[in-house]
Amino acid sequence: MTETTASGRQATGPLRAPSSFVVSLLGVAASLVLTFIGLTAITFTIGRVMPADPVLAIVGDRAPQDVYDQVYLQLGLDKPIYVQYLRYLGQLSEGDLGVSIMTAQPVMDDILRFFPATLELATVATLLGILVGIPMGVFAAVNQGRWPDHVVRVIGLIGYSVPVFWLGMVGLLIFYAKLGWVAGPGRLDVYYDGIVEPVTGILLIDAAMTGEWDIFRNAASHLVLPASILGTFTLAYIARMTRSFMLDQLNQEYILTARVKGASEFAVIWRHAFRNVLVQLITIIGLTYASLLEGSVLTETVFAWPGIGQYITNSLFNNDMNAVLGGTIVVGVCFVGINMLSDLLYRLADPRVR
Amino acid sequence: MPGVGTLRAWLLAEAPGSSSQARLQRVYLGWLSFSRNPIAMIGLFIVAGLVLVAALAPWITGSEGLQPELSNRLHPPDGTHWFGTDELGRDIYDRIVWGSRITLYIVSLVSIIVVPIGLIIGIVSGYIGGVVDSILMRLTDIFLAFPRLILAMAFVAALGPGLENAVLAIALTTWSPYARIARAEALTIRNSEFILAAQVQGVSTAGILLRHVAPLCTSSVIVRLTLDMAGIILTAAGLGFLGLGAQPPTPEWGAMISLGRQYLIDQWWVPTVPGVAILVVSLGFNLLGDGLRDVLDPKSGK
Repeated sequence: MTETTASGRQATGPLRAPSSFVVSLLGVAASLVLTFIGLTAITFTIGRVMPADPVLAIVGDRAPQDVYDQVYLQLGLDKPIYVQYLRYLGQLSEGDLGVSIMTAQPVMDDILRFFPATLELATVATLLGILVGIPMGVFAAVNQGRWPDHVVRVIGLIGYSVPVFWLGMVGLLIFYAKLGWVAGPGRLDVYYDGIVEPVTGILLIDAAMTGEWDIFRNAASHLVLPASILGTFTLAYIARMTRSFMLDQLNQEYILTARVKGASEFAVIWRHAFRNVLVQLITIIGLTYASLLEGSVLTETVFAWPGIGQYITNSLFNNDMNAVLGGTIVVGVCFVGINMLSDLLYRLADPRVR
Repeated sequence: MPGVGTLRAWLLAEAPGSSSQARLQRVYLGWLSFSRNPIAMIGLFIVAGLVLVAALAPWITGSEGLQPELSNRLHPPDGTHWFGTDELGRDIYDRIVWGSRITLYIVSLVSIIVVPIGLIIGIVSGYIGGVVDSILMRLTDIFLAFPRLILAMAFVAALGPGLENAVLAIALTTWSPYARIARAEALTIRNSEFILAAQVQGVSTAGILLRHVAPLCTSSVIVRLTLDMAGIILTAAGLGFLGLGAQPPTPEWGAMISLGRQYLIDQWWVPTVPGVAILVVSLGFNLLGDGLRDVLDPKSGK
């Protein structure tokens, strides 16, 4: 749809666009590389430069001198700092994040094991945010300045203001402890644990693939509360942005034209205005999805959800720096990657940005 | 002495007689449109209430809420203990009131660090342009692209848990939008005639930046800062909840929730009250910021 309007709007578009699009692609790639260098420079600084003695941080202060010396050389601390950094980058490019002290496994393996749980949580939370937030935002925009608009605005501001970890606790108290509507912390009841072989690591999918519908229901019952809690912010954000995007469109002249031509109010809102908002919305959704991947840290702690946020937090308390920094890098890369991707999508879909 | 009526007339006069009158008039008109907005007024009321409570803490509480009183553990809310007592028998009302000082301390400290850094980087970048601009903006983009809470956690992990380190970590992940704002303002005004006039008069670059460019960024920065306050409070509370921010027995609200967590089911008030306090205060800042944006920044008001 957008393609036809694109070529219709500017006749010279198809001829001129590709080259400038390649240029902007290169720009995106360049800033991706730069951001990655910045991210690793910071984790490198935190891990190797900031601790007064990185060797002591690894071997402990009771290690004999020869062990100390050995680790000192292993870390390459006798070399200049930029050589150390390049070495660090080399290790990262091979997916080597070091070994976790806590689990005695390579950090990369740990993260791959914990990541699907976070992915599942964040995805369902985003879906909930989209399903509720978009209609709310459209409803508010259509009723601009009247009470539905104010209600949505206040709900949105509350969504921005509430501490998620606290909301999660209150949610557990009400819906799990008092009402018994949902299952408690964790991903599954102990009874169901370990029955389904993890294939994707996303329980809902794994259970559905093997036809274990009891497990599917149980997993969903565990998932619904943390996902709703985590989705609160997304919902508020999406509703607010939908409202402002829709207002921009509804004030345009083509909407007036559609109305004059006798299009129904439903068609004006959903077929004319909303379609033009879609591209912007996708960008926004991409951004919130990325922020949920990191924002799930607190929710995971409250719901004992075995995801990457909990992994980072637990490692932090065990002084497991490799695991903390490895987790930071992986989340950071996902975060930056998704942001860039939604930016790219925006450029692809919107001819004016091209 | 002019009466209230004449003061109002003076403030609303069509042709101001002096620059100070013009400035006061602008403030007054802003206030008029701000005070017509009920949502913004509620926000102002909450924030003013927070400041007042923090200032009056010694006079409106019975203790600093630090002394354990084990005979009085987990006492439900009643006439003497309005919000009940916690697991060590400390009065939760006292702790909430003293905790408001910590909240204010955190947001002020973060603002004091973040605003000057962001302003300087942004203004220099926008005004000077060229290579300097490219380098500084790349740096800003890098910080903008980072996941905030995780990075703050990593910083705290390296520096050690504590209130000041949490503030530092939050500041490091918060300054970049201010640089963006300041740069945008500097770009729009660097070619204006009054800047040219200042240059012709021989005002130094630093002088122009400080006296002419920086003041024009103030309103957007204030709006952004007010809207950011809630995020700062929530991040600080989150770090406190994880045990990485303020350490016990400091009555920081997030840490209070964390300690009260195990009493949630039977003594609900222990973790609930500080949560409500965080919600109310960050809501206050959000409402205030929303209203301020409508007044100070009409471009993005829609």
